[in-house]
Amino acid sequence: METESKRLLCCFKSENGEVAGDMMDLPIDCSLQQLTLICNALLQQEEPVPFLFYVSDTEITNTLEKALDVTSLNTEGVVDIIYQQQAVFKVRPVTRCTSSIPGHAEAVISVSFSPDGKHLASGSGDTTVRFWDIATQTPMFTCEGHKNWVLCIAWSPDSSKLASACKDGKINIWDPFTGKQLGKTLTGHKQWITSLSWEPYHKNTECRCLASSSKDGDVRIWDTILGNTILCITGHTKSVTMVKWGGNGLIYSASQDRTVKVWRAKDGILCRTLEGHAHWVNTLALSTDYILRIGAFDPVKDSNKDTLMPDKKKSQDFALKRYYEVTEAHGERLVSGSDDFTLFLWSPEKDKKPLARLTGHQQLVNDVKFSPDGRILASASFDKSIKLWEAKTGKFICTLRGHVQAVYMVSFSADSRLMVSGSADSTLKLWNIQAKKLEVDLPGHGDEVYAVDWSTDGLKVASGGKDKVLRLWQN
Amino acid sequence: MPQNEYVERHQKLYGRRLDYEERKRKKEAREPHKRAQVAKSLRGIKAKIFNKERRNEKIQMKKKIKAHEEKKIKKTTEKVSEGAVPVYLLDRDVQSRAKVLSNMIKQKRKEKAGKWDVPIPKVRAQADAEVLKVVKSGKTRRKAWKRMVTKVTFVGEGFTRKPPKFERFIRPMALRFKKAHVTHPELKATFCLPIIGVKKNPSSAMFTSLGVITKGTVIEVNISELGLVTQAGKVVWGKYAQVTNNPENDGCINAVLLV
Repeated sequence: METESKRLLCCFKSENGEVAGDMMDLPIDCSLQQLTLICNALLQQEEPVPFLFYVSDTEITNTLEKALDVTSLNTEGVVDIIYQQQAVFKVRPVTRCTSSIPGHAEAVISVSFSPDGKHLASGSGDTTVRFWDIATQTPMFTCEGHKNWVLCIAWSPDSSKLASACKDGKINIWDPFTGKQLGKTLTGHKQWITSLSWEPYHKNTECRCLASSSKDGDVRIWDTILGNTILCITGHTKSVTMVKWGGNGLIYSASQDRTVKVWRAKDGILCRTLEGHAHWVNTLALSTDYILRIGAFDPVKDSNKDTLMPDKKKSQDFALKRYYEVTEAHGERLVSGSDDFTLFLWSPEKDKKPLARLTGHQQLVNDVKFSPDGRILASASFDKSIKLWEAKTGKFICTLRGHVQAVYMVSFSADSRLMVSGSADSTLKLWNIQAKKLEVDLPGHGDEVYAVDWSTDGLKVASGGKDKVLRLWQN
Repeated sequence: MPQNEYVERHQKLYGRRLDYEERKRKKEAREPHKRAQVAKSLRGIKAKIFNKERRNEKIQMKKKIKAHEEKKIKKTTEKVSEGAVPVYLLDRDVQSRAKVLSNMIKQKRKEKAGKWDVPIPKVRAQADAEVLKVVKSGKTRRKAWKRMVTKVTFVGEGFTRKPPKFERFIRPMALRFKKAHVTHPELKATFCLPIIGVKKNPSSAMFTSLGVITKGTVIEVNISELGLVTQAGKVVWGKYAQVTNNPENDGCINAVLLV
């Protein structure tokens, strides 16, 4: 047999194991472009979409032949080619600091873009929340109302409200269009608030309910319009470090008492307790974080047009549909990072047993994020490294080294191809997820970088830190 | 000597005389005048003593008045403390590192020199004479080659003493320790942990080999019960800690874990 005519029986499968089209005879030197063309035709895509192809867990980078172990191959059998659809759009890597805006009188602790990508807010140790005009990159509103450090901020999924929480345990709601406070201050927590999470858009389009976790060990659910507590969920014996409102009506809370607890949001009943960590649980991430954050917006599609549909019912259906698309394969996945240097991958809707334990870090894990497409996990640790993991199985992919001090936070771009990380060494670093390499080093901050956020439309990165200035980064 | 508290008993039974309060008030009112008389007439050392006492009294009085006034005023809003840190650093013991970046090179050099970055960097050197007591032997007590350690020691498990003729250093049983109270600086919790060994006694290498534990000594402790995990997911077993007290005085070893 001549080498040119060497052919293989191949079969295209999605990640979930669904077979696309029939088996086909492919020449072994079939290139990536050709595979993409075939796959597009098979799936009847209207526009050509980029794909990644895998044969038994090795990526096809050049031709089919290179990825295959030709010597041990059984030419009679069918080769399964797993295809992964990539985002159609591409986020261009940010390369320069377009503006550093002073204004805060103390360290910038939290930075967040609104779900529609049109507003930017930051909370600081000088007790103010500030809104910034992205277009002109200038300060817009200064919101004074807190009496202590503003520790965390959270945008409602419809982008019409911003919740901020301070070290005194009070929560304020702000209007991003006027910079005025909405309703009254929510009081109830006895100690500082560690995180905030809004009710998902597809559950309630009014964006009324807000969950907050506090050092005093409680999780409270607030009605932001009436300004009172709907539910006070107690059960953790130590400080609650993170709360996440899942898309299925469950609330996940991580605590320093070494457990992650799952609550029903409706009545606050404890569904299950996820045990396994040997030390404080620092952080949680949901595979649906990105989808829940952007609500009914589609910021990457057209950044100029207001993508939120005026019809509430329609937009809710749209958000719900997108949520189901993401979760249909595995449901909602949860990952928790801890002081015991490990991460656990959970399937909290079904099981209280962990799916996987991700070990490898040499210091505590401070932040963990799912990529927006839900395929990759990134964990930032105080051991100066970032590790990438497969979100499906928890398999270790690689370690990203480059920072010279603790990595505080990571943030993915909307297309999941890039990631930016902020560190105590005063730099941001931009990583290419596909090449698993450092793309750009972004120095500029004068001191530790505490918060970093990539806008949902992928155009800008905002960062803030101990040097009190807010920096915007752009391509 | 009066037997029993008969005055109090009488008061309880029959009460005070009817003008008691009045007389008391008047006496108190006359008191400053009397005192002024005395102050005027006193001379010499007696005046000095009197004035000093009076001055102290006045200071105490003023302090008390001030304290009461402070209590009355409602507390004004506290100033917001500086040095804001994000939530994830609030529970952690982060030293302020304003200068760290500029000092980085210096620190690196220091580390290269092999200097320990320990909680107690400067330790008072222990002289040999202080730690080791000479034990005299021989029929006429003229041989002085034997030493007794007068500080707390750690003696490894399975140690047997040598025969007296060959035992140059005696480590008394009463001063042998097996456990130390180790504080985890980030957790702010203290654990009673078994000692594994003496890593370094800064005073002398001989003390290190003898296992002498003084203030500033770096010891290795068994932290398996804390449940710290390594990269590979294994439980960390031993870790170093520095002694922060004078164990020979206190009868216990307090130490800080070096993280």
